[in-house]
Amino acid sequence: MIKTLLTCFLLAFSVIVAAETVFLTLEKDNALAVVDPIEGKLLKTVPVGQRPRGIAISPDYKFLYVATSDDNTIKIIDTQTLKEAGRLPSGEDPETFALNPAGDKLYVSNEDDSMVTAIDIAKKKAFKRIKVGVEPEGITVSPDNQWLVSASETTNMVHWITTKTHEISENTLVDPRPRAVAFTADSQQLWVTSEMAGTLMILDVKTKQAIKTVKFEATGVTSDKIQPVGIVIDKERRRGYVALGPANRVAVINAQTFEVEKMLLVGSRVWNLAFSPDQKRLYTTNGVSNDMSIIDLESLTVTKSVGVGTYPWGVAVKP
Amino acid sequence: MISKVIFHIIALFFSLFFVTAFAKNNQVIDIAYLTQEKIPPPSFSNVDLFIKNKGIFGAELAISDNNTTGKFTNQQFILKKFIVPVDGNVVDVFTKNIADKFRYVISNLPAESLLKLADMPVAKQMLIFDATTVDDDLRNGQCRGNVLHLLPDRAMRADALGQYMMKKRWTKWFLVIGNTPEDRLFVEAIKRSAKRFNMDIVVEKTWEHSFDARRTAQSDVAVFSQVDDYDVLVVADEQGMFGEYLDYRTWLPRPVIGTQGLVATAWHHTHDQWGATQLQNRFKDLAGRWPEEEDYAAYLAARAIGEAATRTKSNELGPIKAYLLSDQFALQGYKGNPLSFRAWDGQLRQPVLLAAPRSLVAVAPVEGFLHPRTELDTLGFDQPETHCQWKD
Repeated sequence: MIKTLLTCFLLAFSVIVAAETVFLTLEKDNALAVVDPIEGKLLKTVPVGQRPRGIAISPDYKFLYVATSDDNTIKIIDTQTLKEAGRLPSGEDPETFALNPAGDKLYVSNEDDSMVTAIDIAKKKAFKRIKVGVEPEGITVSPDNQWLVSASETTNMVHWITTKTHEISENTLVDPRPRAVAFTADSQQLWVTSEMAGTLMILDVKTKQAIKTVKFEATGVTSDKIQPVGIVIDKERRRGYVALGPANRVAVINAQTFEVEKMLLVGSRVWNLAFSPDQKRLYTTNGVSNDMSIIDLESLTVTKSVGVGTYPWGVAVKP
Repeated sequence: MISKVIFHIIALFFSLFFVTAFAKNNQVIDIAYLTQEKIPPPSFSNVDLFIKNKGIFGAELAISDNNTTGKFTNQQFILKKFIVPVDGNVVDVFTKNIADKFRYVISNLPAESLLKLADMPVAKQMLIFDATTVDDDLRNGQCRGNVLHLLPDRAMRADALGQYMMKKRWTKWFLVIGNTPEDRLFVEAIKRSAKRFNMDIVVEKTWEHSFDARRTAQSDVAVFSQVDDYDVLVVADEQGMFGEYLDYRTWLPRPVIGTQGLVATAWHHTHDQWGATQLQNRFKDLAGRWPEEEDYAAYLAARAIGEAATRTKSNELGPIKAYLLSDQFALQGYKGNPLSFRAWDGQLRQPVLLAAPRSLVAVAPVEGFLHPRTELDTLGFDQPETHCQWKD
């Protein structure tokens, strides 16, 4: 009896996820990897649906949103039980999406039909479809909730959509094949990576024009292998970090001068990035080497890589 | 009533004003698409139906993509198609309808016609996008300063296959050659590649098209392929007259590679990486079939014009041509690397897909083949090897 109770207790305990947890979508495993970044250990892998890619966590950390592309839906996953708690009508083939700061709206890029779908999370309903350029990919909402920005890979533009009306108000031409977009915490700059030009463009939110274009270079890597994707910028705007795809590096950028301070060698085809809650560490998804790199941001060194599963794509962190 | 009339007049006035204002700001980029109808060639198999309009849908899709950007940048791309009948005269159509009217021409014509057009004096003020030939000669001794080539030439394809065979350590090749002039050009490229990668051509045999009723593919290939031991059979049969007979029928169990079996191609319907799925789907929605190589080439041609026009904010030949040949030019081609033109021969540098009928086997440059500028230049004629001297 006591033994059964103990087993039950242990079982229950093992399901409840401990402090600071990293969740990664595994595109080819149709699963979610759960990692303890302090121990640097893969805790478990849970099935999540067909071809999971984009992932985000709610502001209260209670739910994960996971775009399961081949199921044509965004799944809501309870971060405690890791069980499905609902589904959102994302439209066809959802890949990337963004939450608004309040966490009550979610915006999805629908790559095949050149649309952005706006979803009311509480009602689980799409309330608006916005026509954008061809192959929309990167999408984000400004921290002050003024702007929803969508980048179209083939049209080579970022579309500025006002969150009040959900209409495009301005467009900015950017370098070829824009992939990711990220606002600085003060909502004054928008950073945009261009995969084909190998650049990072920094746009001024007031003028919607580029104030700087950073061209990445790395010794021993030919320029066409430098294909910037994921971006994160710290809260104080001291540094920004850009994943360089098949160059297998993360660029460390001084967010004041826009100089590249360092190149950190990580796993193969580094795709997306996420900070630890205290912004002392950075986690990467390395699509081809099937692992996650952990970067210590004080010393700017890669401290560990953790094997997670096949084709890790997106990453979200819970404190 | 009166107020309603006045309102309508005002509305009309505003709409006219708007239209003129829009037309004024709109920069138009006219592109001609020139092709000639083809007679279906005799072929080995009835499985693959003859596609008579290869190329056109690719150009149309690209124009639509260009105009999505153009809507935001006040540029408009207009495609005019000219299809010369089988017995028509390409030069006449070109002179009458295209010369002096267009700066940009997408050509879906064989080498001979292409050169005739490119050498006309009026073509000096034009840029011709060759979206169909694979001739090495057009990128070397017969290169022209007003022609850019979108498809990988035979040398690039042979090098792609060569790199893969080297990686697999299939170093002993059995060469089987058809009897058309194109087959001999393909063999030349294969031999160049064999020399480059220090491969051993063990045997070389020509396929004689025999009509002897006593011989069937089953017995014929087995007898034909009784040669010294080899690692891989490399076939040169561009038209597809016999190459499909070889696989599974050789005396020794060996893979077939070249124009059949594992082939080197610019595009393939099994390709789904690097956003390729999106292009495949958009094309299929438009054309009702998967894109062929020539559709991909025409797509890239019109997209290249679009990209250059957008970046230079111009529709003029000078700036657009300069941009296309500059280091800034980076074209998204859904193959993982940015594509650009080789300034020394006008060839579009690009990855080459190695495909089996139902799966994508590899993408060249194969990992490990290095180059100081870009690995893409490990395929085909690199700058020091070129025989192209621009003839303007």
